[in-house]
Amino acid sequence: MNTTLLLVQVLNGLQFGILLFLVAAGLTLVFGVMDFINLAHGVQYMIGAYLGATLAALTGSFWLGLLLALPAALLFGLLLELLVFRHLYERDHLSQVLATFGVILFLNQGVKAVFGAAPLQMPVPEALSGGVRIMEGLLYPAYRLAILAAGLATAALLWVLVERTRVGMLVRAGASNAPMLSALGVDVRRLFMAVFGFGAMLAGFAGVMAAPILSVEPGMGDNLLILAFVVIVIGGIGSIRGAFIAALIVGLVETIGRSMMPDLMRLFLDASAARQTGAALASMLVYIVMAAILAFRPAGLFPVRT
Amino acid sequence: MTWRDAALPAGVFVALALAPFLGFGQSHSLTLLARAMIFAMAAISLMLLVGGAGLVSLGHAAMLGIGAYAVVVLDHARITEAWMVLPAGVGAAALFALATGAIAIRTSGVHFIMITLAFGQMAFFTASSLALYGGDDGYTLYGRTEIFGARLLEDRLAFHFACLFCLVAAWALVRVLLASRFGRVLRAARENETRVRALGLEPYPYRLAAYVIAGAIGGLAGVLLANATEFVAPAYLAWQRSGDLLFMVILGGLAGPHGALLGALAFVLVEEWLATLTEHWRLIFGPLLILCVLFLRGGIAGLLGRG
Amino acid sequence: MAEPLLELRRLNKSFGGLRVTEDVSLTLEAGEIHALIGPNGAGKTTLIQQISGALAPDSGEIRFLGEDVTRLSMARRARRGLARSFQITSVIPSFTALENAALAVQAQSGSSFRFFRPAAREAALNEAAMAALAEVGLAPRADAPAAALSHGERRQLELAIALAMRPRALLLDEPLAGTGPEEAERLIRILRGLGARYGILLVEHDMQAVFALADRVSVLAQGRVIATGSPAGIRADPVVRAAYLGEEEGEG
Repeated sequence: MNTTLLLVQVLNGLQFGILLFLVAAGLTLVFGVMDFINLAHGVQYMIGAYLGATLAALTGSFWLGLLLALPAALLFGLLLELLVFRHLYERDHLSQVLATFGVILFLNQGVKAVFGAAPLQMPVPEALSGGVRIMEGLLYPAYRLAILAAGLATAALLWVLVERTRVGMLVRAGASNAPMLSALGVDVRRLFMAVFGFGAMLAGFAGVMAAPILSVEPGMGDNLLILAFVVIVIGGIGSIRGAFIAALIVGLVETIGRSMMPDLMRLFLDASAARQTGAALASMLVYIVMAAILAFRPAGLFPVRT
Repeated sequence: MTWRDAALPAGVFVALALAPFLGFGQSHSLTLLARAMIFAMAAISLMLLVGGAGLVSLGHAAMLGIGAYAVVVLDHARITEAWMVLPAGVGAAALFALATGAIAIRTSGVHFIMITLAFGQMAFFTASSLALYGGDDGYTLYGRTEIFGARLLEDRLAFHFACLFCLVAAWALVRVLLASRFGRVLRAARENETRVRALGLEPYPYRLAAYVIAGAIGGLAGVLLANATEFVAPAYLAWQRSGDLLFMVILGGLAGPHGALLGALAFVLVEEWLATLTEHWRLIFGPLLILCVLFLRGGIAGLLGRG
Repeated sequence: MAEPLLELRRLNKSFGGLRVTEDVSLTLEAGEIHALIGPNGAGKTTLIQQISGALAPDSGEIRFLGEDVTRLSMARRARRGLARSFQITSVIPSFTALENAALAVQAQSGSSFRFFRPAAREAALNEAAMAALAEVGLAPRADAPAAALSHGERRQLELAIALAMRPRALLLDEPLAGTGPEEAERLIRILRGLGARYGILLVEHDMQAVFALADRVSVLAQGRVIATGSPAGIRADPVVRAAYLGEEEGEG
């Protein structure tokens, strides 16, 4: 494998990692602050993609679609919180897993019923449709670079919000010691709603950005959700910084593994078998990394609770 | 233990035994019933973990899948003899449970849920990578498992009773286990781990043993599942399947193995019934699941127990 | 002289910068009730946790029955006969009182890796459990689920569980906590009866109970043992009065 290809894979990996981070950030906050396992967080990502694709088609503009999809995703998240999640905070993790699993079943089928099973297309915006020459002989799509930039900017914004604002301080306090919050007289219910809505919007944002380069289809959030869980477990539940680093690790391992494993397998197998086996082994790689990290640091890389 | 705990499942077993002769003898009904009984076995084994040991596994479908893939591997080698297929399926699932359980049971709570999910995904991707056995597309068996060369299980009625026999055995085993010294330690550690330690009992080996036993029963269910459909695909190991199994357990109620039995039967039958109503049956099934979690706290068994 | 039943040698433990146990040495002889008293935050429960194995000391040695058990797990210490009752009642709520005690008997007698015989019908387990319940006066409530017991009854059950372990030494963390005067009196009677047969290390706030029961009293303040002696001697000790008893009277 030559340097150019490796560089492309690294960029792809970082970009996938950033998308993962946007999904995982909401998940880890909800999880850290409310001790709530939300399997349905992946469908927020899917809903974001569908909203973006639909609104972009309606308005004829990617940017308008993006702009409208964000508040729509936020509202959708709040609606779910009001209808379902709110009633689960006091329940055990098992109930939370099952009820949110029910939400997944419903919404995956729901988008299939409304939009059909075939993938939707969302065009790349005109301004970003070209490529950027990174080095000699390497033209990288501008849109993918834009995802990277937007994701990094969002991560920075999130960091400022969590580390430098009053709400952020409450969120951090809640992640390390939730009962303390109500003792301090904080309106926990409103804080939960805010965190929830914000997490849903981040996942939706990731969905809209991914829509032009991935296929928008029912169930698209499921696999990403599992990876996002891997990310927050590796990073340490409740830790934004941990989620960021773990997301990049997972993104890189997944992407580079996917491109290199089939080549590696070709040493032992014929071409078509190597492709299939390699791809599957690459998908396993992430879980092996997770098991290895947890074996040495059971609470993840950056544990929040002591 | 009340009479109802035994009478209820006994009634279900009698009904299952009589079903083929009471108008459910056509092949479609028998296929459905076999499916229901096989998932009931898997749910009962998961109940040992969730209700007995307090271990919420979101990777139990892997046990079924491994049992099913053991059948595939042997089938590909033209080995279909039950005395080889059954131990292979059960043993492979138990070994996988031992290896993954040894790591997973060191964690608890959310981390346990996540790590079992991750191991389940590993098994899923491994199955997809088996190009020799069809990869993603799955594998169609040459034939059902044979018993000393006799193709007994080809007969739908014989297969029906084979499934029923295994189901009753699994139910009885889990029931006996939970009432034994071993089960008592498991149940106590679920409720108050510190107390159990202070008594001089380390919960870890007991939980691991339960995990392996549950894996073995799951493997047996997998062997039967492969035989029921004569086709095996990685989708059997998908994490959504593990979610389905968990739902069966909770739907039935955690009071005993009969809960999982009722939950699985209800799940499969309702799923089938809804699917005849509309292509988008999950639109009804999903909210039904949520409502069950929110309002049906004791499960079906709890509902019947009260009545 | 024979080695004491339980011996702590220069135990130290800190949480961050806070020293919760400082150079604690003390002994427990067979057949004695040794009370450990001290103001809130003196480190009594932390000490019990280190002895039982729930916490590891930073340095020092814990010897039980003549052996170093400092690095043994809680479960192993319990199997050797070091039984602990909890300050906050810790029972298995859905089990009956009898089953709670039977589990304790089971832990000490034979393997628990028995898969087929119904444990609830093992006469040997039930008889020993019943005897432990009878000893604390809880036999009439044997079939009640622990969750349905009154607070005082649960304290009794806590004690019965410790007895059912056939211990050599009992670590009792505030066995009278939250009990009414009648229940307390009853428990004191029970404890007095037990004292002769086991070594009991007793952490207790109720001073009347301590002085009525203890053969020896050690006073803990800010993680250190500031005095050890007979109840009468401790009561008269001016250092102890200043550090502790005075405050207690002041609190009323």
